[in-house]
Amino acid sequence: MTKETKKQETSEITIKFAGDSGDGMQLTGSLFTNNAALFGNDLATFPDFPAEIRAPLGTLSGVSGFQLHFGSREIFTPGDRYDVLVAMNAAALKVNLGKLKKGGTLIVNTEGFDSKNLKIAHYDRPVPEEDDELKSSYELIPIQVTKLTRTALEGVDLSNKEKDRCKNMFVLGFLYWRFNRDPTTTINSLKKKFASKPVLLEANLAVLQAGFNYGDTTETFTVTYDIPPAQMPEGLYRNIMGNEALVLGLIAASERSHLPLFYGSYPITPASDILHLLSRHKNFGVKTFQAEDEIAGIGSAIGAAYGGHLAVTGTSGPGMALKGEALGLALMLELPLVIINVQRGGPSTGLPTKTEQADLLQAMYGRNGESPVAVIAASSPGDCFDTAYEACRIAVEHMTPVIMLSDGYIANGAEPWKVPEVEQLSPIQSVTPESPEEGISFQPYSRNENLTRAWATPGMKGFAHRVGGLEKEALTGNVSYDPANHEYMVKIRQAKVDRIAQFLPKASINKGAAQGDILLLGWGSTLGVLDSTTTELIDKGLAISHLHLRYLNPFPEGLPELLANFKTIIVPEINNGQLSKIIKERFLVPVIPFNKIQGLPINKTELKDFIYALLESEENGSIKS
Amino acid sequence: MEALKAKDYATDQEVRWCPGCGDYSILKQLQTVFAQLGLDRDEVTIISGIGCSSRFPYYMNTYGMHSIHGRAPAIASGLKMANPALDVWIITGDGDGLSIGGNHLIHLLRRNFNVQILLFNNEIYGLTKGQYSPTSEVDKQTKSSPFGSIDHPINPLALALGADATFVARTLDRDPAHLRDTLSRAHSHRGTSFVEIYQNCNIFNDGAFELYTDKATKSDYTIDLKQGEPLVFGKNADKGIRLDGLKPQLVELNSSGYSVSDLWIHDEKDPTKAHLLSRFFDGSLPRPIGILYQEDRPCYEDLLVSQIDGATEKLGKGNLDQLLKAGMTWKVG
Repeated sequence: MTKETKKQETSEITIKFAGDSGDGMQLTGSLFTNNAALFGNDLATFPDFPAEIRAPLGTLSGVSGFQLHFGSREIFTPGDRYDVLVAMNAAALKVNLGKLKKGGTLIVNTEGFDSKNLKIAHYDRPVPEEDDELKSSYELIPIQVTKLTRTALEGVDLSNKEKDRCKNMFVLGFLYWRFNRDPTTTINSLKKKFASKPVLLEANLAVLQAGFNYGDTTETFTVTYDIPPAQMPEGLYRNIMGNEALVLGLIAASERSHLPLFYGSYPITPASDILHLLSRHKNFGVKTFQAEDEIAGIGSAIGAAYGGHLAVTGTSGPGMALKGEALGLALMLELPLVIINVQRGGPSTGLPTKTEQADLLQAMYGRNGESPVAVIAASSPGDCFDTAYEACRIAVEHMTPVIMLSDGYIANGAEPWKVPEVEQLSPIQSVTPESPEEGISFQPYSRNENLTRAWATPGMKGFAHRVGGLEKEALTGNVSYDPANHEYMVKIRQAKVDRIAQFLPKASINKGAAQGDILLLGWGSTLGVLDSTTTELIDKGLAISHLHLRYLNPFPEGLPELLANFKTIIVPEINNGQLSKIIKERFLVPVIPFNKIQGLPINKTELKDFIYALLESEENGSIKS
Repeated sequence: MEALKAKDYATDQEVRWCPGCGDYSILKQLQTVFAQLGLDRDEVTIISGIGCSSRFPYYMNTYGMHSIHGRAPAIASGLKMANPALDVWIITGDGDGLSIGGNHLIHLLRRNFNVQILLFNNEIYGLTKGQYSPTSEVDKQTKSSPFGSIDHPINPLALALGADATFVARTLDRDPAHLRDTLSRAHSHRGTSFVEIYQNCNIFNDGAFELYTDKATKSDYTIDLKQGEPLVFGKNADKGIRLDGLKPQLVELNSSGYSVSDLWIHDEKDPTKAHLLSRFFDGSLPRPIGILYQEDRPCYEDLLVSQIDGATEKLGKGNLDQLLKAGMTWKVG
C-alpha cells in the first residue's frame, strides 16, 4: 500500500528532544545532529541535562534535553523556540511546552503519561490525546513508543527492559522520515557503537527502521519536510563540540611548537571531557595526569612547564578558585602555562551542568597581589580550537600563564567546523636561552625586547638556577626584599602582559559599520546570538554593529577608538555585568548591561525586545546609562 | 672534568636559618653526599614548599624551585613526568608535608615517582614562629595552644607505609654519618624514597629529640636498623626486641634467658615487620632509625612512558592532519 505524501521545503527547523535522563535523548540528538551536518546543513546545538546521573524517574528535575537548530541558511544559535518538540514523558512536556511555537509539532510518547508519570510530574492537564487545547494549538502526534518498540522487537532475545532502551531509536527513525533524511550515517554509528554487541545492534537498527516505517505507512502523516544544504565557504567540514575542538587545538599547538603536551587535571563538570579526549591521544606523546585534586592538577602542570613541556590544566569555576595560589606562583616564576576554565553556573558548586560567564572577574583579578595574566575567551564550539591554539601561543612566546575561558554551552554544543590545514597554523616559537659567557652565571630573569625571559629547563647544561615564589631580584632571580626592586618587578610583570597586545590583531567590528548608534559588545559564547540579532536589526534599518572580544587581557589595540564611534554601547552577558564593569573602569565610557543569569544562553527574542525597549525610552528622552 | 666537592654544590646566597638550626647540618651532609655520588648539578632539581626547610633550594647550586605551601610533591610529579631523567629531590617539613600538603604526600608515595622526599620533622611551626605542628605531642604548650595541644600527632612513617611507600627511613640531623648513609641509600632506591629527618629547632622546640641524639641516652632510646641483623640496642648492647607472634617484646639479654639468637632479625623487605617498626612510637620501645622498608615497584614515570610507547606502537605515531580530519567529514564546494 502506498500513500500520497507532500514534500514541503523550509529553510530552518529547531527540534527539542526531551525525556528522562535515562531515555537517551542526548544520543538521539547527537545522531540527528551528525546526520544533518553530513547532509550539509548549518547547525547549532544545545544539550541541557541535569547534574544528577540518574535523577529520579519521571521528575521535572530529571528532564534531559537536546536542542538542535539546523537549516539551509547560516545558523548562529540553537534557536529561541522549537518547531518540533519530542516529549518522552509528562515531565518533559511540562518543562518544554512553553517554548514550542504555536502551530508547532508536538510528538509525545503516550506511555510516558500514565498515572504515575502524571503524579510525579505534578502534571495538571488532561493527557495529550484528550487535551483539546493542545490539539488546537499544535500539531499533536501521539505515539505509543514503548508498545511499538516492543512489537518491532518481538522474538528478539532481550528483556523488556533492554528492549525499552531502544525506544529513542523509534523516535529518531520517525523524525528521519519526517525530514526526508537518509539514516545511513546513524546506521554506521550504531554499527560502531555496538560492534561487540550484535543483538543490541540488530535491535536498535530494527527499531530505527520501525520508526521510519511508522511515518511512511501511517495514513494520517501526509507531509514531510526538506531542509536543503546550507551555503558554506568551500572546504572540508566536520561536526564538532567545543571541548573536542579545544583538545584538537592543544594537540595542534603541541605539534606546531615542537613541545610535548602535558595536561594535569582533576575531573569536574563540564571540563572532564578535555581529560577524557586528550587521554586517548597518547600516540601524539600527550601526557595526561589525573591528579589527586585541583591544586595538584595545576601543580603538576607547573612542574611540567618548568621541565619544558607545553603545560595545560583545565577545570571549571570551583576548581579555578582552588588553583588561585598556584596560578600566582606560575606568574611569579614567569613560566608558560595554559589554564582552561570551562565556566558553569556559580558561585560555589552552583549549577554544574548549566552555563554562565560569571568567572571573568575571577580570571582577571582573582589572585593575591598584583598579578596580571593573559585572558582569552572562546566564542563558539569551533572557535575553541583557535582560542586554545592562541592560548598556547601567547603562553609560550610571552612566558606567562594564560587563562582560557570557555563555558558549558559551547563546550557541549556543536556546530559544523571547517577543518584547518596544518601548515596554515602559525608556528609557535619558544624563547630559548643563550649560553652564558664563561665565568658569568646565567641570569634567569633577564628579558628580551618583549620583556620576556628565556625558558631554561632542568637538565640543560650550564643554566642551573633557582626560581621561587618569593619576590626576586630583577636579573638574577635571587630572593630580594628591596623595596624599589619589588615595585620594579610588579611594574615589569604588568608591562610584559600589556605588551602582548602588540602581537594581537587590532580590534575590529564583527558585523555592521565601524560607527553607528548601537554597539553590541560581547565576549565568549554569546557570539552567535549577538551576530544574528545584529544581522536582523540591520535588516530592519537600525544603525547597529557587533564587536566580539576574544582577547580580554590585554584588550586589543584600537578598542577605545571603536567604542567612541557609537552613541550607545550595550554589553550582553550571562552574568551580572562583569565585562560592563571592566569596560567602564578601563575606558571611562558609559555602557548599558544586558544580563541574563539563569544558567541558560541569551536568546535573540529577549535581546531584541531589550534593544527596542531601550530605543523607545531613548526617544522619550529617558535613557540613562 | 674535575670531581666536584661539597662546596661546589653551595650557592653564593647567604644561608638564613637561625644560628644552631639543625637545617645547617642537613644542608652540609646533602652537599657532601652529592659530591660523594658525583651528581651532575644540571641534572639535579630540588623542589620545596614553604617553611624553614623549604628555603633549601636557594642554597644548592643545582636547578631548584621554592614553590608554594604543601605542593612540592605535585610540582615534582609534573617535572618528573616531563623529564624522567632528572634527579629530583623534594624538601619538606612536618607542616608543609603532613598538614597543608598531606594529600599530595600520600599520592606521591602511592604513585612511586622516582624521587627522594626529605621531611624535616621538628615537631613545631618555625617560620610562623612557634605554633604546634601535626607531629607535636599532645599537651604541647605553644602560642596557639596555651592550654596545651589536644591534637593527636601524626606518625609520619606509619602514614608513609599506609600509603604504600616503597622506601621508608628515619634519620637524625645530629648523626652526620647516619644521615649521609641514609640519603645515599635513598638516592640509590628507584622509586619514591621517604626519609624522615629528626631536626632540632633550637628556637621554638629545642631538644625535642634529645633522647635520640644525646650521647648519654641515644643508645638506650634508639635502635639502629641494619639489614639481616638482630634488633639489639642499649649502651652495652644488652637489650633486644623479639617477636612474640606479631607482638614486639623488649628483652634484657643477660637476665631474661633470651639470647641474641632469639631476637627479631631486621628485614627491610618485610612489610609486616616494617609496619610493626613504624609503631615503635609511644615511648615504650626504642625509636628505630635507619631503613624500615624497601621494595621494588614500577615508577609512575616509567609506566607513563611505556604507555605512550605502547599507544604509539598500536596506533602509529600521531598525525595531526589525520587527527583534524578524523570522524565524519564532508566537503563543500
